[in-house]
Amino acid sequence: MDVRTPSTGIYGVMAEFDGPEALLEASRRAYAAGYRKLDAFTPIPIHGLAEAIGQVDRKVQLAVLAMGIVGMGAGFGLAYYTSAVEVPLLPAMFSGYANNVGGRPLNSWPSFIIPTFETTILFAGITALVSMLVFNGLPMPYHPVFNVARFREHASTDGFFLCVEAADPRFDAGETRRFLRGLGAIEVNDVAH
Amino acid sequence: MATEMSRQRVAPEEVPVLAPGQTLRSVTEKISDVVLDFKSPLFWFAGFGVGFLLLQLFLLGVSVLLFKGTGVWGINNPVGWGFAIINFVWWIGIGHAGTLISAILFLFRQQWRMSINRAAEAMTLFAVICALQFPLFHTGRPWLAAYWLLPYPNTMGIWPNFRSPLIWDVFAVSTYGTISAVFWFTGLIPDLATMRDRARNRAARLVYGFLSMGWRGSAAHWRRYETAYMLLAGLSTPLVLSVHTVVSFDFAVSLIPGWHATLFPPYFVAGAIYSGFAMVLTLLIPIRAAYGLKGMITERHLDAMAKVMLATGLIVFYGYLMEAFVAWYSGSYYERFVIWNRMTGPYWWALWALVFCNGVMPQTLWLKKVRTNPVPLFAVSIVVNVGMWLERYVIVVTSLHRDYLPGSWGMYAGTRWDWAIYLGTIGLFLTLFYLFMRVLPMISIFEMRELVHRRSPGKHVEMME
Repeated sequence: MDVRTPSTGIYGVMAEFDGPEALLEASRRAYAAGYRKLDAFTPIPIHGLAEAIGQVDRKVQLAVLAMGIVGMGAGFGLAYYTSAVEVPLLPAMFSGYANNVGGRPLNSWPSFIIPTFETTILFAGITALVSMLVFNGLPMPYHPVFNVARFREHASTDGFFLCVEAADPRFDAGETRRFLRGLGAIEVNDVAH
Repeated sequence: MATEMSRQRVAPEEVPVLAPGQTLRSVTEKISDVVLDFKSPLFWFAGFGVGFLLLQLFLLGVSVLLFKGTGVWGINNPVGWGFAIINFVWWIGIGHAGTLISAILFLFRQQWRMSINRAAEAMTLFAVICALQFPLFHTGRPWLAAYWLLPYPNTMGIWPNFRSPLIWDVFAVSTYGTISAVFWFTGLIPDLATMRDRARNRAARLVYGFLSMGWRGSAAHWRRYETAYMLLAGLSTPLVLSVHTVVSFDFAVSLIPGWHATLFPPYFVAGAIYSGFAMVLTLLIPIRAAYGLKGMITERHLDAMAKVMLATGLIVFYGYLMEAFVAWYSGSYYERFVIWNRMTGPYWWALWALVFCNGVMPQTLWLKKVRTNPVPLFAVSIVVNVGMWLERYVIVVTSLHRDYLPGSWGMYAGTRWDWAIYLGTIGLFLTLFYLFMRVLPMISIFEMRELVHRRSPGKHVEMME
């Protein structure tokens, strides 16, 4: 579904602001003006910026919770299956090994808590990183915003940018440029594809 | 991180965590130039050289071990656990400070962690790598370690015994190593992007670009990033407290007098944090001087770390006293014998050296002059490192060397190959750490930028081309 205006051969328009407060204010006003396909770029995390442009979700939290529960099940399941269950129909290597160790019950669940705890943390922790990357669409080797020279120079050091994509239904190259300048941008650039 | 900004808390501090006059650009340049400028100070070559030489000793020791078997070590009957477990516990303990600084202090919103967390996390990772050498090589046949340690379907149809602390240890330490690496890498992503954008060398740009995964600082990305970081901190906190608990179970779950104590888990954890902070200080005090980072790793950091050391050191010493008290109070002949033998037996020197290193010496940290003065603090940190090694030596050796029957008494001492491998892992550690300093930003750049922003919010773009 390509809703981009055919007349614009660009990815979008990018405005640079002189600090986080200016960027935050501009983002709020751009969102209020009806722009939805926009993104802000900062060298430090700015509280409230994602909210200002309406890009908040709880996917990472949910993924970590889900995989933590899976890890918990996997850890206890592994300990229980290998220590308490024997499946005669399976080849020996895939069956558990229900062996009496020192007269302890086969399901020695207090002992199994430790491996269970560790796999819970392991699954949840790896998911925290992986889900963050996946939901962010990373790794991404190429992105048009890097075509702006000032972005390359400053985005990861001291630059604060707001980019309105051409894919936004309200986007109009000239109009959007004027709008961003009106928000107090110190510089406005077109972003080539 | 950014969520902290909403609660601007003014800490009562005489020395700031960041020297005044810094800007987003100045901190970024200062930290990244350490890596991107191809001029390392002489200090780096000296440190790396020592580490690399000791690494050769490690390789030699391991080669001899694999060629001849564990007979080259000093272990015997009754002392079947020697340097391997002592060094393993020592290294794992050292790692704890990194996770404490990166996770627990993050949850407590301690701003002073920001300039030391990266190096401390790297230290954790490398300490765990060093620790893992010992379970691997104590098998004598490390190529079979997978079969002894890990649960995987095998043709013999047997599995590890999940009721044993030794398999708990495998799970605890491997999870700890993995999560430490994940946490460290997560923290590095925005900095790798900074390095990518600032590198002038094409190859460096390519490698940093590849590792940064195309990070571009988007607001939505930052938001998920902070969530992931917070969750990792939350997950690492119980993890770090559990690791040394599980390590202590290796001893405490056994029935050996001197090991069989419910006191072990908390006092092992305190000891781990204690030795970890000592190692952070040992590493960072010379580095901050050599690299001119005194404006970022300030006296406030030294002071705070020394205080943590003092507090955990007192807990550890209380543990020693309680160990002796409980042995006496238990009324068990064997428990009493072990403690008495520790104090007056053939290894008396180890115990009293330990009391000096971990009980007496850290008391100097009550003095602010010692806590904020790099030279004496460095000396104390070295003494504590030695003391914590002695602690494990005392626990392992003195509990084993006099078995229940005098007929099975014996003595233990590490052989030259024990020492070669132990000193060798210090070489491995130093080599990895100095390589890390050379190729990655040793202070978290984006968190320092946050600190600058929090100190002086407002405009950050100083110059326009």
